[in-house]
Amino acid sequence: MNLLTDLKLKVWRQAGPDVDGYFETYAVDKVSDEASFLEMLDQLNERLIGEGKEAVVFDHDCREGICGTCSLMINGRAHGPQRATTTCQLHMRTFKSGDEIVIEPWRASAFPIIKDLMVDRSSFDRIVEAGGFITAPTGGAPDANLILVPKPVADAAMDSAACIGCGACVAACPNGAANLFTGAKISHLNVLPQGQSERYKRAEAMVHAMDDQFGSCTNHGECSAACPKEISLDVIAMMNTDFRKSKSKNRKSLSRS
Amino acid sequence: MSTVLNAKVPEGALRDKWDNYKADAKLVNPNNKRKFKVIVVGTGLAGASAAATLAELGYQVDAFTFHDSARRAHSIAAQGGINAAKNYQGDGDSINRLFVDTIKGGDFRSRESNVHRLAQVSVDIIDQMVAQGVPFAREYGGMLDNRSFGGAQVSRTFYARGQTGQQLLLGAYQQLSRQVGLGGVRLFNRTELVDTVIIDGRCSGIVVRDLLTGEITSHAAHAVVMATGGYGNVFFLSTNAMNCNVTAAWRAHRRGAMFANPCFTQIHPTCIPQSDESQSKLTLMSESLRNDGRVWVPANADDSRPAEQIPESERDYYLERLYPSYGNLAPRDISSRAAKRLVDRGHGVGPLKNGVNLDFSAAISRLGRDVVEERYGNLFQMYERIAGEDPYATPMRIYPATHYTMGGLWVDYELATTVPGLYAAGEANFSDHGANRLGASALMQGLADGYFVLPYTISNGLAPLLNKAIPTTDHPAFVQAETEARERFNGYLNVKGTRSPDWFHRELGKIIWDYCGMERTQQGLEKALSELPALYSEFKKDLRVTGTGENVNQTLEKAGRVDDFFQLGMLMCRDALDRNESCGAHFRSEYQTDDGEAMRDDENFCHVSAYNWTGDPMASELNKEQLVYETAHLATRSYK
Repeated sequence: MNLLTDLKLKVWRQAGPDVDGYFETYAVDKVSDEASFLEMLDQLNERLIGEGKEAVVFDHDCREGICGTCSLMINGRAHGPQRATTTCQLHMRTFKSGDEIVIEPWRASAFPIIKDLMVDRSSFDRIVEAGGFITAPTGGAPDANLILVPKPVADAAMDSAACIGCGACVAACPNGAANLFTGAKISHLNVLPQGQSERYKRAEAMVHAMDDQFGSCTNHGECSAACPKEISLDVIAMMNTDFRKSKSKNRKSLSRS
Repeated sequence: MSTVLNAKVPEGALRDKWDNYKADAKLVNPNNKRKFKVIVVGTGLAGASAAATLAELGYQVDAFTFHDSARRAHSIAAQGGINAAKNYQGDGDSINRLFVDTIKGGDFRSRESNVHRLAQVSVDIIDQMVAQGVPFAREYGGMLDNRSFGGAQVSRTFYARGQTGQQLLLGAYQQLSRQVGLGGVRLFNRTELVDTVIIDGRCSGIVVRDLLTGEITSHAAHAVVMATGGYGNVFFLSTNAMNCNVTAAWRAHRRGAMFANPCFTQIHPTCIPQSDESQSKLTLMSESLRNDGRVWVPANADDSRPAEQIPESERDYYLERLYPSYGNLAPRDISSRAAKRLVDRGHGVGPLKNGVNLDFSAAISRLGRDVVEERYGNLFQMYERIAGEDPYATPMRIYPATHYTMGGLWVDYELATTVPGLYAAGEANFSDHGANRLGASALMQGLADGYFVLPYTISNGLAPLLNKAIPTTDHPAFVQAETEARERFNGYLNVKGTRSPDWFHRELGKIIWDYCGMERTQQGLEKALSELPALYSEFKKDLRVTGTGENVNQTLEKAGRVDDFFQLGMLMCRDALDRNESCGAHFRSEYQTDDGEAMRDDENFCHVSAYNWTGDPMASELNKEQLVYETAHLATRSYK
């Protein structure tokens, strides 16, 4: 274990959704390089409480990189400098003594700031509520092995389903688009045999819910680069294909009516 | 005066009980269901599945979570898998075998009828989750793949890479989201339960705090379900997520729900050892790793060479040596204690000599790196992130850590607590795992309770209430509970002492871990029971919470949770002291065989200990539910 010394943190502080925020600078000393980034913030908060000041508010929970609760733009990058790593899995060994570290909340208008580094990501839930599911009420399911899913298909579904809903894709996108998140959920369900009945309806409903809240995709690819689970841009292509098919199906049904 | 606990187990042979129950249960007509309001607290596997299913049936459901989204619940972190008695591998599994394994794994301290029902509905869970689109691992032909897991000799564990909990939770979350979209469920996120309200002996609703505004409000309902998880964070360092807490269950306990077997807490054998004092939590490495990893320590305690340089002949593969028939797959409690003994004797590895090796070199040479990577890739990656070492090249270092709590709110066969109208599901109840839970059974239990048990038992409880008025939130009991909650939170803000809630939590955790952790002694527990009240009174006098109660204040949230952990901690130690035997995860050093195995006392302790709140956490009242084994035979566990 080595101690990092003389770190300078520039942390975004904002008392509430409707007030102006600002950067506050904190000097942090003697942080173990074994500590995680959030443990470093814990230490800062302990100190602030000791000084009678309010702790920095930030979202976090499992600290294992799976719940998707943690966020933070660290030196301008979603989840910090290490590829395929959530903020909670980022360790201080990635930094060195004397570093200046800028810590901001997710930057996206669809994720309004609640306080300090905490944002409201419920816009993601609205997208899932619009169609991110397979209608399968409890009780009527057939035996699990009656639905054969070839291994490559199951693997592909799993690759998309690995999304943790953290919002890094939106935060990294210059347009604040949620196409990677939405595409991942659509691709997870739309490649599976169980997902076929609602395939096109799902794509259409989710894309509309996404468009209502988020910016538009212009294929920068920043989302995939920032994704801690390395979700591929392919999911966006699949989403677009299914969305387009859904629209053309709609036109057919309109012409018949 | 202690109460006789009636578990309301239905008549009939064990395998017929659940069918008999369902045949006799009262139903609510589809048109009448919308007249009933059910509150579900918690949106993990148990809560989300219960809320979604109850809403599908037509009940009005209000679901509450303190997370920002229902998808964040800690069920998401379960890695290894979910058990089900499908016998898809044709290796001799059956409902009866899963039942026996679970009873035996729990060291004969769970209720036969509940466990048997769990084994029965396990098969439905897999069907349901597949229909919802959970991408379980598959064979090339498209059928489901299985793997084996600690404490079992059959391969009955279904898995989705190392993220089974995530995939199952997302399945339940999607089903819940569908109901939110349809208006069947009203979801309250970032809202924490702060009290339950009992009127005329019946649970009439809850009081919650909006974590964004600090506003305290009441919600009335015909029935309330606690699906609020376990209390492992009482140890401060555990594999639980940072926000897991006991508050909801504890506040229900304080209002009359009995708390059962609090001392039954599970230590998981494969976690990454602590690296320094500032550590905030421990990370679990899935138990599935023990399928292909071999556990060893240097035979010579002073051996400081890197693992790769220690020759085979100087390694002690102690699980294979001590438990030849189960080997590296011995149950969690047994594996954990074996690791602790060797580390205590100085055989530990790593800079702090606080771990044992979990070695994949044999698996990599037998199967090839690709296969190992496919099975465990994400776990290896996670390990490398945290420990800074490459497990493909050098063995992982692991050590036991607190992981799961078998104890919880006492429930009967219907998952009803001792307060009518109040139910508990998933890890929050005590029912199915006895003194030790088998790997891959937590996900099974959470989903069994939420999907396949509660919807039946709640209907049975609601049917007689049709068209009867229930108390509304302007009832004096609600108003009183709200006032008390406001006073409690203002109280934390007004102590204005010098120490943060985290400081107290860490100190509390040290006491609990040292004296009520992997090994317990009478002397140690008595010491804990003298230290805890002292620390608790210091907490009340010297706590410092900065900020206000009118907007987001995570320090204030933590203070409330630590307060409840203190009270629970005292009850845990009292329960551990009272249980003069060793069983499952509860290991009292005074009660062990000559070769260090747990020594049960079926004569005096074949019961569930359920406690009543009396107002003083040091003086809770003990009630007993005798456990009767009609099908499984009381036997000493042997994994040799």
